[in-house]
Amino acid sequence: MVRYVIRRLLLAVPTLVVISLVVFFLLDAAPGDPTSQLPLTIPPDVRENIRESLGFNDPALVQWIKWLKLMVVNEPLYLLDAPLDKVGVCIGDCFNHDRVISWQSRSPAMDNIYQKIPHTSYVLGLGLVFGVLIAVPIGTMQAYRQYSWFDNVGTLVTMIGFSVPVFVLGPLFIWLFSINLGWFPTIYKSNHEVDWTSWSSIWIQIEQLVMPVAVLTLFNAAQFGRFTRASVLENLNQSYVRTARAKGLGEGTVLTRHVLRNSLIPVVTLLALAIPGIFSGAIITESIFRINGLGQYLLLSIGQGDLPVVQSLVFIFAALTVLFNLIADILYGFLDPRIRYD
Amino acid sequence: MTDVADSHEHADADKPTSSDAPASDVTDVAATAAAAEFADIGEFRSLRSDVWRQFKRHKGAMAGAVTLTVIVILCLLGPVILTFDTSTPNVSNANRGAGWPHIWGTDNLGRDAFARALIGGRISLAVGFVAMTVSIVIGSLVGVVAGYFRRLNTPLMAFTDLFLSLPLLPILLVTVVLFRDPVQDRFGDNLGIFILMVGIIGGTSWMSTARIVRGEVLSIKEEEFVLASRSIGTRSSVLIIKHILPNIVSQVIVSATLGIALAILTESAVSFLGLGFPLELPTWGKLLDDAKDRISLNVWLVAGPGLLLSATVMSVNLIGDGLRDALDPQNRSNG
Repeated sequence: MVRYVIRRLLLAVPTLVVISLVVFFLLDAAPGDPTSQLPLTIPPDVRENIRESLGFNDPALVQWIKWLKLMVVNEPLYLLDAPLDKVGVCIGDCFNHDRVISWQSRSPAMDNIYQKIPHTSYVLGLGLVFGVLIAVPIGTMQAYRQYSWFDNVGTLVTMIGFSVPVFVLGPLFIWLFSINLGWFPTIYKSNHEVDWTSWSSIWIQIEQLVMPVAVLTLFNAAQFGRFTRASVLENLNQSYVRTARAKGLGEGTVLTRHVLRNSLIPVVTLLALAIPGIFSGAIITESIFRINGLGQYLLLSIGQGDLPVVQSLVFIFAALTVLFNLIADILYGFLDPRIRYD
Repeated sequence: MTDVADSHEHADADKPTSSDAPASDVTDVAATAAAAEFADIGEFRSLRSDVWRQFKRHKGAMAGAVTLTVIVILCLLGPVILTFDTSTPNVSNANRGAGWPHIWGTDNLGRDAFARALIGGRISLAVGFVAMTVSIVIGSLVGVVAGYFRRLNTPLMAFTDLFLSLPLLPILLVTVVLFRDPVQDRFGDNLGIFILMVGIIGGTSWMSTARIVRGEVLSIKEEEFVLASRSIGTRSSVLIIKHILPNIVSQVIVSATLGIALAILTESAVSFLGLGFPLELPTWGKLLDDAKDRISLNVWLVAGPGLLLSATVMSVNLIGDGLRDALDPQNRSNG
């Protein structure tokens, strides 16, 4: 198992390298120039010197290697510097690492990104967790009582959740729950600092999270519910279920201990395949509810032509996708002892 | 050559009626046996009528087919019948609520929202169909080549997996912004953005088709009729076109149906984020983007296009489910 995990980790590296190449060369072709915002009075030769000093005249491959070094060596080192400094350890040139600089804010792109991660992870994480928590029991019950009214209603609701996109549901939620009923705020206040000791502060955060999380949860639950139902249906007819019943186990035990455990294995794989879609959903949800997260920052940077930020963000999204795929693959190995990876 | 093709067709035709004669038994003996069994059953049912019979039983799929037909007819004929001017602004008529004659009200420039939603539907549906075609062509090509030529299997599947682990929406957004101007310069504003959207949506959604097709090709390649055909010296290209492609058609049809829904959703998402079609050439996604900030004035500006979009996606998905059941021989044999 350990060998499998290591090999899987090593396999993720070339994937990431190729993705970073794709991302970099795609954006390298973009019109956009860090000197375009400098005053027009700068003479062309000085401008050329600036471009030269920024490394823009290097061959694309050299630029890519330099960028990759900034992204995967300097940025992690920078993160390590502060904690390492406390214990008096220092790797390389401490506190003096070159970093990816945003053309718009003129500050390190990653610092801006770190600020926005909490908002995205609240919405994305809660949407995922609630989605799974709703989908698994309902999907199982649907399969257990196939063609009952519960199953039919469930299938209809899943179909609706599957077909109504987040960018239709989101604005309609705002219209119904914010404008007409006044239950929740229309937009997410990203500058609200959650004070975990004060109930009112936590309450404000919960209130503004309800709608975006609900929209994402419905979308995720519909997808996972379909997966779970199909998978449980397939397992219910297996002979090991008959054996379990024959030896006198209660229906609850048969369902949870035997059927569900086996049914969730393919669901995990499908979950990994759904990850890019979940990120897309999160980007759109952030845009609807004005959540100042990674998705909004990406849209903003694309609009402003802020290439270093776009490159970093797309790379981060790609890395996260690869990471989740990796987690799913490893989980798959743990869940299903029949699989041998040698 | 003709003999092999003939007996193969036999096997295909008997698939729906007799479940116990597997399609792989295409030697002459098996074909005669199948024909004998055929005679016992007495009633001839063609593959197509059998699929249709099974499809009709799927209530959801039938409802989907009816809904989709209604929406397509509305989008094609609606703007012709409704004589509202949907391009010239008429500010004195702006922001009307839902009522008569504007059943969904008017937008902020006084244009009829219903008529605009129907025009948007034309473009959304067109993008869906064309992008699906692009994606199916790429997917089938990659799948067939990967499944048929053993040497290309690993690199092509690695390529497919790479695409599957790309964060698609960010890449779509970036690509649209990068290539919008050059493509629009080349083909004109409207055609340019259409080609670009169709190209990149098709170019990023072919992976599931490729995987399904590859799996099918891998198993069909081992069937005896393929071996028979190869033994008389059929070239690979002919073999693929005459023997392999007809056998994967049903899988491709299901995948294509679901692909339409995905393409329409992707296009709407990109347009909703303001990076796809312009407001002069509205699609459902762009109309939603335009209306979302005025939802408090008139909810139909969002609910209208949203309803059409969701109904289309839902019917296409239902039709896909129904087709999958109908085209599966295991389901058909018990009906």
